Amino acid sequence: MTTSTEQFPPTSKPSESVSGVTVRLAGDSGDGMQLLGTQLTNTSALSGNDVATFPDFPAEIRAPRGTRAGVSGFQVQFSSDEIFTPGDGLDALVCMNPAALVTNIGDLKKSGILIVNSDSFESKDLKLAKLENSPLEDGTTDPYRTIHVPMTKLTRGAVESTGLSTKFADRCKNFFAMGLVFWLYGRDVEPTLRFINAKFGNKPEVAEANRLALKAGWNYGETTEDFASTYQVSAAELPAGVYRNVMGNQALSWGLISAAKLSGKELFLGSYPITPASDILHELSKHKNFGVRTFQAEDEIAAVCSAVGAAFGGSMAVTTSSGPGIALKGEGLGLGLMLELPMIVIDVQRGGPSTGLPTKTEQSDLLMAMYGRNGESPLPVVAAQSPADCFRTAIEAWQVATKFMVPVVILSDGYIANGAEPWRIPDVGTLPKIEVSHPAGREPDGTQFLPYERNEDLARPWAIPGTEGLMHRVGGLEKEDGTGNVSYDPDNHQHMVETRAKKIANAASFIDPLEVDGPESGTLVVSWGGTYGACRTAVKTLQEKGQNVAHAHMRWIHPFPANTEEVFRRYDKIVVPELNSGQLRLMIRNEFLIDAVGINKIKGKPFSVSELVDEIESA
Amino acid sequence: MNAELPVLKAKDFESDQDVRWCPGCGDYSILAQMKKVLAEIGARQESTVFISGIGCSSRFPYYMNTYGMHSIHGRAPAFATGLKTTRPDLDVWVITGDGDALSIGGNHLMHVIRRNLDINIVLFNNSIYGLTKGQYSPTSKVGAVTKSTPRGSIDHPLNPLQVALAAEGTFVARSVDSSIKHLMATLKRASQHRGTSFVEVYQNCNVFNDGAWDYAKAKATKDQTTVVLEHGKPLVFDGGTKGIRLNGFMPEVVEIGGDVSESDLLVHDEKATEPHLANILSRMRHPQFPEPIGVFRAIERTTYNDGVNEQVADARGEQGEGDLAKMYTSGDTWTVA
Repeated sequence: MTTSTEQFPPTSKPSESVSGVTVRLAGDSGDGMQLLGTQLTNTSALSGNDVATFPDFPAEIRAPRGTRAGVSGFQVQFSSDEIFTPGDGLDALVCMNPAALVTNIGDLKKSGILIVNSDSFESKDLKLAKLENSPLEDGTTDPYRTIHVPMTKLTRGAVESTGLSTKFADRCKNFFAMGLVFWLYGRDVEPTLRFINAKFGNKPEVAEANRLALKAGWNYGETTEDFASTYQVSAAELPAGVYRNVMGNQALSWGLISAAKLSGKELFLGSYPITPASDILHELSKHKNFGVRTFQAEDEIAAVCSAVGAAFGGSMAVTTSSGPGIALKGEGLGLGLMLELPMIVIDVQRGGPSTGLPTKTEQSDLLMAMYGRNGESPLPVVAAQSPADCFRTAIEAWQVATKFMVPVVILSDGYIANGAEPWRIPDVGTLPKIEVSHPAGREPDGTQFLPYERNEDLARPWAIPGTEGLMHRVGGLEKEDGTGNVSYDPDNHQHMVETRAKKIANAASFIDPLEVDGPESGTLVVSWGGTYGACRTAVKTLQEKGQNVAHAHMRWIHPFPANTEEVFRRYDKIVVPELNSGQLRLMIRNEFLIDAVGINKIKGKPFSVSELVDEIESA
Repeated sequence: MNAELPVLKAKDFESDQDVRWCPGCGDYSILAQMKKVLAEIGARQESTVFISGIGCSSRFPYYMNTYGMHSIHGRAPAFATGLKTTRPDLDVWVITGDGDALSIGGNHLMHVIRRNLDINIVLFNNSIYGLTKGQYSPTSKVGAVTKSTPRGSIDHPLNPLQVALAAEGTFVARSVDSSIKHLMATLKRASQHRGTSFVEVYQNCNVFNDGAWDYAKAKATKDQTTVVLEHGKPLVFDGGTKGIRLNGFMPEVVEIGGDVSESDLLVHDEKATEPHLANILSRMRHPQFPEPIGVFRAIERTTYNDGVNEQVADARGEQGEGDLAKMYTSGDTWTVA
């Protein structure tokens, strides 16, 4: 095999330098767009760009081929500046069929680059997309720099020497498209060649076909007169360090594994498969050499209950799900907080209610996380703000869970879970050591062990089975403070309800204060969770326009950071953008009697920066 | 090491809590036999855990001087799964009832049994919801008149042993609350089995379903209405005068003597690889048949907790103990100076 540099010579065409590019790859679910997108992301990150991605795919595994319902997309922004979103308007759009074109073209900037597989615009393809006329001929594509590429034909020709059947040859189309996109943006093909070797190593003819398709795409760009120049995006100025790309669910998993290690615990996960949380189960299952035990339970209820059982036994217990599963876990979580055992509950939110929009993002489980259990049952709630932030969030959640002996809810969402961004790999030595202790065994001395005796944080001792002399019984019936015996005493019940709440309120002393980015007065935009990037970018845009707008992002929502009210009172107006009908806004109004204004979008899609800029200006 | 430990008596397993079951409840006997069995097998208070769900029987853990969890309705097997998987050193007992295990918790029961988690499940079957004051349960007979079925139950009942066998149970047994010796022996066998031990106990609720098991409990009738299973022995009952013979796939009651000798009778085999015999026995119901009491099935299969922990040990053996820095840098990285 010749080296990549010989196979993929640098372009002889002029190269235009740009600060950042947003590209979307759209095709049928079976067209391999997610793979193409991941490769483009990785190679861009490796070249030092800041990157942010937004995969968008249908809930169906194989929706009818060629239909609008089956369109799968992957958006990536790569930039020489620090970026926080996968971008708004598209600089380039690759469409593998008519359905992909009509469902995505609205996001392409005027005079943006539109690359289409012109072989898939025949009458049968148009019919599948429910189109009477070809959008390539009816003026739809006129405002754009449209480049017709007969990808099917060119790919078949390129891989002919491998002897693959037409069916298999056509599966290499995404690598042809990849070659073309890589050429257009001067991306390094080396990581992708490594990927091909690793992925198809045991099928040499498939590996070879993909390499040939990649090369043909690259060469097509160089040869065709449709492209007069390529684009270069230079490396971003990120803080020094070693970086890698991470996706949210991956970072969350690694954060959990790290938290276990930092606290000298072994991790137990009880989980039931559900989109978009399953990847945490998959990732954790790979790391058994860290002492990770994963249990794929028979249902969501068994998943949370098994975690409570593991917590009782002294493990770091975790359960993961999405909205419908968290609804089922409510009773089990209530027991967890009654038993005052540390554990982590992860809700990777998706569109609701009911089954809702499984593959789309939303922030509509906040009130369920806060209040969705019977009785007075508060839990700490923390929300991750970006894919890489998931790592830190998992560690913080475990710190709070163990310090205050309480299950902690982590909110993520589909956008963060599947999105990717560069992560500066931490030096393990700088990660916090998490002190966890269990009371030691003792000989019977006539005194009673008090399982609900409290320390200065109001936390009870984590006495675990197997410890001599500390035998005790826990359960869901109200406990007498101290002894933990069943108690129906009215005053004790009020005391216990208040104590459980106070314990969580105390966690405010542990978490970071709310930080503000921007002026000390005027309008404050308050965000939480995965809208961090869009809000931060929108506020920055407004600040550059000279507006008196500041931004505060809430990671901990229960308790609120200790300085929250003081910060909010400095501003004339509080604006709360959320991908729900106003759940954090409701909490802010309730807590502080501040008449916060909402910007609310419930479309299963993240905010675009431009819509936020407009909405904040008119709020 | 055991020699240095003090020998515990049944009394040592008693907690300081007042027992609050109705006077005359069958639960008292099961509690008493359990304490005796734990003392007899040399169980340690600190390494024994009782986990229950909700219902009268589920108050059991409060009365044991061991670790315990009175959990939520029907879910005890799931809590036990998390605990035993991470703490295989503990002896875990699940205490449940017919409503708890077979109605709200039916799913968990089935799955814990098929996984063969190394725990002991004792199902107190009184065919009624006692704690909620007298509604019919999944084991109530068709026609049962209860608070929620004034015209009689129309639900076909579940047979707990059939559920356990269908879930590929490796240890399936039945006993009776008042048959003290038999109950002790059965609980002891259950504690010694590696894997999920499932024991159904006929338990009388003297308040809401009094006399449901009288035929199997009364001294005067129990010899005729029950047949005690013993591995390798023919099924003989009623003072040795009657036996069970297999006619094709169907059991039949035969008089011993005349043409029929003990060698014609069905011989119990609890170790049979396939559960066909156990199935036939578990379907023998009063009054057509004497109901079998004892161990229906006891076979060996890898336990869930062993499987999980072996995979962890193998992964550590092959890859070495997990190293965070190595995990973070797996795959492509780049350096920003």
